[in-house]
Amino acid sequence: MDFSLTDEQRMLQDTVERLVADQYGFEQRREYMKKPEGFDSTLWGQMADLGLLGVPFSEDVGGFGGGAVETMLVMEAFGKGLVLEPYVASVLTAGTLIAETGSEAQQAEMLEPLISGELRLAFAHTEPGNRYEETRVATRAEKRDNGYVLTGRKIAVLHGDSAHRLIVTARTAGDEDDAEGLSLFLVDAGADGLEVSGYPTNDGLRAANLELDGVQLPADALIGKEGQAAELIGLTLDRGAFAVCAEAVGAMSRACDITLEYIKQRKQFGVPIGTFQSIQHRMVEMRIALEQARSATMKAAARLQDGTPEERRKAVSAAKVQVGDGGRFISEWGIQLHGGIGMTAEYHLPHYAKRLVMIDHQFGDVEHHLNRFSAMMDVPKTA
Amino acid sequence: MDIKFTAEEQAFREEVRAFLKEKLPKDLSEKIRTHRELTKDDIVRWQKILYEKGWGAPGWPTKFGGTGWSPIQKAIFAEECALAHAPSQLPFGLSMVGPVIMAFGNDAQKERFLPRIISADDWWCQGYSEPGAGSDLASLKTRAERDGDHYIVNGQKTWTTLGQHADWMFCLVRTDPDAKKQEGISFLLIDMKTPGITVRPIELLDGSREVNEIFLENVRVPVENLVGEENKGWTYAKFLLGHERSGIAGVGTNKAELRRLKEIATTERKNGIPLIQDPAFRARIARLEIELEALEMTDLRVLAAVQQGTSPGPEASMLKIKGTEIRQELYNMIRQASGPAALAYQPEAIADPEAPYAGPEYALTAAPVYFNNRKITIYGGSNEIQKNIISKMILGL
Ligand SMILES: Cc1cc2nc3c(=O)[nH]c(=O)nc-3n(C[C@H](O)[C@H](O)[C@H](O)COP(=O)(O)OP(=O)(O)OC[C@H]3O[C@@H](n4cnc5c(N)ncnc54)[C@H](O)[C@@H]3O)c2cc1C
Repeated sequence: MDFSLTDEQRMLQDTVERLVADQYGFEQRREYMKKPEGFDSTLWGQMADLGLLGVPFSEDVGGFGGGAVETMLVMEAFGKGLVLEPYVASVLTAGTLIAETGSEAQQAEMLEPLISGELRLAFAHTEPGNRYEETRVATRAEKRDNGYVLTGRKIAVLHGDSAHRLIVTARTAGDEDDAEGLSLFLVDAGADGLEVSGYPTNDGLRAANLELDGVQLPADALIGKEGQAAELIGLTLDRGAFAVCAEAVGAMSRACDITLEYIKQRKQFGVPIGTFQSIQHRMVEMRIALEQARSATMKAAARLQDGTPEERRKAVSAAKVQVGDGGRFISEWGIQLHGGIGMTAEYHLPHYAKRLVMIDHQFGDVEHHLNRFSAMMDVPKTA
Repeated sequence: MDIKFTAEEQAFREEVRAFLKEKLPKDLSEKIRTHRELTKDDIVRWQKILYEKGWGAPGWPTKFGGTGWSPIQKAIFAEECALAHAPSQLPFGLSMVGPVIMAFGNDAQKERFLPRIISADDWWCQGYSEPGAGSDLASLKTRAERDGDHYIVNGQKTWTTLGQHADWMFCLVRTDPDAKKQEGISFLLIDMKTPGITVRPIELLDGSREVNEIFLENVRVPVENLVGEENKGWTYAKFLLGHERSGIAGVGTNKAELRRLKEIATTERKNGIPLIQDPAFRARIARLEIELEALEMTDLRVLAAVQQGTSPGPEASMLKIKGTEIRQELYNMIRQASGPAALAYQPEAIADPEAPYAGPEYALTAAPVYFNNRKITIYGGSNEIQKNIISKMILGL
């Protein structure tokens, strides 16, 4: 057992933490949110210069060659600053898909600009009818001439309104909830027949809904094998879930620190409120929730790196449950222990609370992952 | 033991229902049902409708223009209003300063202020909390110094709900800085148009603008606006807190929100079937309903005791704790039930029922309402403070 980081990992962590400390003050973040993309494109360029946009990609395409542990370090630091840039959308979900499954031509065309920050991608899977389900896809791709025609609706596409290209899940065969018959397509943001409606989300990020009304695609817009994308979609959603778990651990740790600091300093009845035992115990429970979430996320990192698909799915679900419950616990009690000030937009803590609670609406909520875990957990055989 | 409502109470319920059906404007009930923002005008409009019916002040005795209803009748009225999605009546005049003026004000104050509360001609706000005085309210610092027939008030109030619309503020001020902290406080009525008052809005985490900071700089308040005796304000404030907490369980609102949760869970689909049929989610709803049924009985037990002349004491704290916990869990589950569509933040549509928006109606407000309602365990005496009251007053710890 060794939980320590390598020198290289520690350097990566330092780099990201420094970036967040310098560039992600409360007021700075507010300014980034006002930009049309909902984040700062200069900062995005800076992330590219620091090599962060290449973290999960192999060295021979110009990346850092990192695995899940590296992703975890980056995302945790981002969580501490509530970073708004489309790292999960562009790099960790859509980008990783291209790097692993894209054709040679697709990789040659996209990886370099992805890593240099010029190209941004997003992953469009969620639909009005599928909640958090992996294979329930109603969007259809009809084969026509030398390509495909896409028709359907996608919702809550993280950073879908600032992406240059979207990876869209669609059905080339089968019924709405069949695992067979799912495919992945690259769609240009400006494609004819595609309408992208962006909006801010409750945590200050941005997302988009897509209307695909007969979007015509060439044959080489297909990513991977036609009809065989179910596993890949599952893996990509797990990568997303894992990324936001690590982000949540960063946000939870900041929310705990902020609250701890506050209860030491806020006085009522002539003493710091942190001297009341009911408050102390609550604070202790918050810390326990944080450590449990951190542990579950570390286990998920290990399983993503070297586990079987089944082990990975179980560990990611476990982490998402710990993060969902623990993140909400810390958010709600963080606000409560602050009293009125914890309710205000002008104060930093509630912004952590909002991100933490909204993370439960991305890549599967507690209920979804509990179901998935329950279905996989070991049970003794009855006689 | 007989837990049925009497025939008269049943008839009263029917009467309230019929009235609501006829008089509650559809645009208002739709706003409440869908958790949209109310304007000042919406709240005033509803209060005036109640006033015309003679029901403007359900909690007041008839000699002050109230209904003279029994505690059970008041509870029935509140429940029916909530189930019909009527706006809540503004509590600051009706449940807070009104009863204090009735109990401790002089005749001139009663004549001047009470009628205008029921008719919604005056909008009141509550100036208690200060940056340094929240749970420990008695440590408040806002000073009032006597200068002839005026008090000169200096200091700052905060978290003042809907103070941006207020004509008047009832305010706790320190008149004797040398006395023990509870003993130097007075209860003043302040005209918000007086020079020296600045109202600064505070934006809450969900983007709503319902609370304010109020700065008072050399504000001259006529001595005739002192309620009761100088330096006795803490007694009146405590009396008021008792009033603030009756009806605090919010049983009617909780029932209405439970119904909404069930509707949403019937519409939303998980794995292709309605969410309400998911055994785990359904069991959570059932658990909440069981809690709510018990709370309703606890509430009725307290009301029945009040009807027989016992005053709602520390039991009210129990109702506040349980009522707010249930409500928060309802909003939590409404948010969860709304799924990924609850991510979108569309404040224009929340403020304007005509504005277009993306996603199902219930998802529009699911997250903001959940976040906003974190306040209900903080204000009106935080739940921690309520627990302190119970451990001291009921358990004797
Ligand atoms: C949305 C909103 C609207 C409001 N509207 C009004 C209004 O209209 N008028 C008005 O005057 N005020 C209003 N308030 C203020 C409200 O009454 C105070 O927020 C409340 O009294 C708590 O005070 P505080 O915010 O200073 O928190 P604090 O008193 O600082 O409390 C911080 C935390 O410490 C806990 N705590 C404090 N003392 C103890 C103790 N002895 N034991 C255990 N735990 C303790 C609290 O429960 C809380 O969790 C409003 C508040 C909010 C959030």
